[in-house]
Amino acid sequence: MFVLVLNFFLFRVLPGDPARAGVHDPRLKKDSIEAIRVRFGLDKPVINCFETLNPIKLGSCDINPLDTQFFIYLKNLVTGELGISYHTNRPVATVLAERLWNTVLLIGAGQILSITVGAFFGVFAAWKARTAIDYGALATSLVVWSLPTFWLGIILLFWGSANGLPIGGKATPGMSSAPLMQQWGDIARHMILPTVTYTIVYMGEYMLIMRSSLMDVLSEDYILTAKAKGLGVFQILRDHALKNAMLPLVTIIAINLGFTVAGAIQIETVFSWPGLGGAIFEAVNRRDFPVLQGAFLLIAVTVIVANLIADLTYSYLDPRVHTE
Amino acid sequence: MNKERLLEVRGLKKYFEAGRPALFSRDIRKVHAVDGVDFQLRHSEVIALVGESGCGKSTLALLLMGLEDPTAGTVTFEGRDITHLNDNERKDLRRKIQMIFQDPYESLNPTQTIEEIVNEPLLVHGIAKDKRERDERVKKAMEDSGLKPAEVYLNRFPHELSGGQRQRVVIAAALVLEPEILLADEPVSMLDVSIRAEIINLLAELRITRQIAVIFITHDLGSVGFFADRVAVMYLGRIVEIGTMLEVLEKPQHPYTKALISVIPVPNPRLRRKRIILQGETPNPIDLPTGCRFHPRCPVAISACKINDPSFVSRSNSHQTACLLLVK
Repeated sequence: MFVLVLNFFLFRVLPGDPARAGVHDPRLKKDSIEAIRVRFGLDKPVINCFETLNPIKLGSCDINPLDTQFFIYLKNLVTGELGISYHTNRPVATVLAERLWNTVLLIGAGQILSITVGAFFGVFAAWKARTAIDYGALATSLVVWSLPTFWLGIILLFWGSANGLPIGGKATPGMSSAPLMQQWGDIARHMILPTVTYTIVYMGEYMLIMRSSLMDVLSEDYILTAKAKGLGVFQILRDHALKNAMLPLVTIIAINLGFTVAGAIQIETVFSWPGLGGAIFEAVNRRDFPVLQGAFLLIAVTVIVANLIADLTYSYLDPRVHTE
Repeated sequence: MNKERLLEVRGLKKYFEAGRPALFSRDIRKVHAVDGVDFQLRHSEVIALVGESGCGKSTLALLLMGLEDPTAGTVTFEGRDITHLNDNERKDLRRKIQMIFQDPYESLNPTQTIEEIVNEPLLVHGIAKDKRERDERVKKAMEDSGLKPAEVYLNRFPHELSGGQRQRVVIAAALVLEPEILLADEPVSMLDVSIRAEIINLLAELRITRQIAVIFITHDLGSVGFFADRVAVMYLGRIVEIGTMLEVLEKPQHPYTKALISVIPVPNPRLRRKRIILQGETPNPIDLPTGCRFHPRCPVAISACKINDPSFVSRSNSHQTACLLLVK
């Protein structure tokens, strides 16, 4: 509920007139602008009794509270209606849905890759702790973790264009009439650069967490006990260490999942990937409030769901956590 | 095979590297954790290894288990040199020598059930392929360890048990392989006083019912008194006195042993002994004192102690002490 209210006012306090920013055309006549305002309900006050919050029309307490933008926004939300985009004139839900799938595709691939690669190197580094391999992996992951995402993206973009990889967008124009398999192959090729960027940036973090957590676990007495029981190194890692060491990693993954729906903004902008991050970026530029509201609501829901999944994973990994 | 030597330790040493005294210095400083230990363990004998913190007791246990590689010396088990083994040979040996760790709160994996913990050694060593036979052995080990009835505990997790129960689980997991030697590294120091006696009684019982030899490591001379056959007193990585329990406790020869015994609490206040409180701290195991390593703290040290490192002097067949004052 708090998120819903905040979502609404956060964008309303932004300077700028959505009716002007949405349609970049200085020749627009005054009554056309007024017509746009009426079309999207922008002629109504944002909320009554709060004069400072109403940049367009001052709200006074005389106005019927049910006839304000805020109330209409709440009413629409309850009925599952996210509004109409000021810019594209399409329902926000439709816009976000197609953008979301693109983001999920990109982030899903990126997350899976970075978790796999990061966790693998983390385990390897912890197993070979305090050797040259460990220090090498440690230094590498610190470096890649601190690389600015957009910078790495641009570097890879140059490298990719020199090697004939598609550097922007999701598909080659005109591919939509090609056979399905060919379309998918084309999308996969377009995904290579953004996914690699994503993987490199997040891999370091996962590696560091996995390494330190596994090293903690490996110094526990029950690992020594397992060794005394006669287990081999591989068995110890698999049966005793990994399950316990996974817990902090799950937390980080859950937090990252929430962030990354929005956090891929940089990658999506650099590679012109038509995802949610790109949509947010464009919507801010155009003061497209309904899209922003919808996107932020989606992010809030993702964070909550990701945390729920993390909690459920805990109870599977750690018997001390019980689902009552 | 009955009274033969089951385990023989000769000149065992373990030095840990502790960095260089200065950058680019040639010599590396070493912690002399275990510095020349000799003793023998007979079949179904209980030997108590006593010493204060940092004297190398636990390192010695890890060396015997093959969890650390010794710097020098040999360990012989049933006449076979087991000092340096490859992984497969070591694995076979682990069936025969099992260890109980100090802290039952740390030595159990929190994500395994008690059944999984006790069953695991059988799976690892491929003993008892038949599930029913395994269950039988798990149950027997648990009930022998005082977890009765075993069914109550099988599906529980370590955090649901008390410290004493956890330590019984640790013992059960060691017993399930039916080892010949049980190495107990301060098995009661983390437990409540009321439970200590129970665990020690349990070990004493096992030794009779299962004919297991026990190496009982402790810093508390009082708690081993009534079940060890022999007592070995360690100081700074070396055994300074070894003898039967009665010999060591009643007629201690080494000044260090005397000091240890004098501070065992006596229940009768009228029988209070004169306590020998040792001065100073245990010397740094990196820079060992010259001569007898106990001389800086010894209340009866003579000047020769600073120069000569004493070797064992026998008082009887079984009782040996390393002290210059006894050389006459």
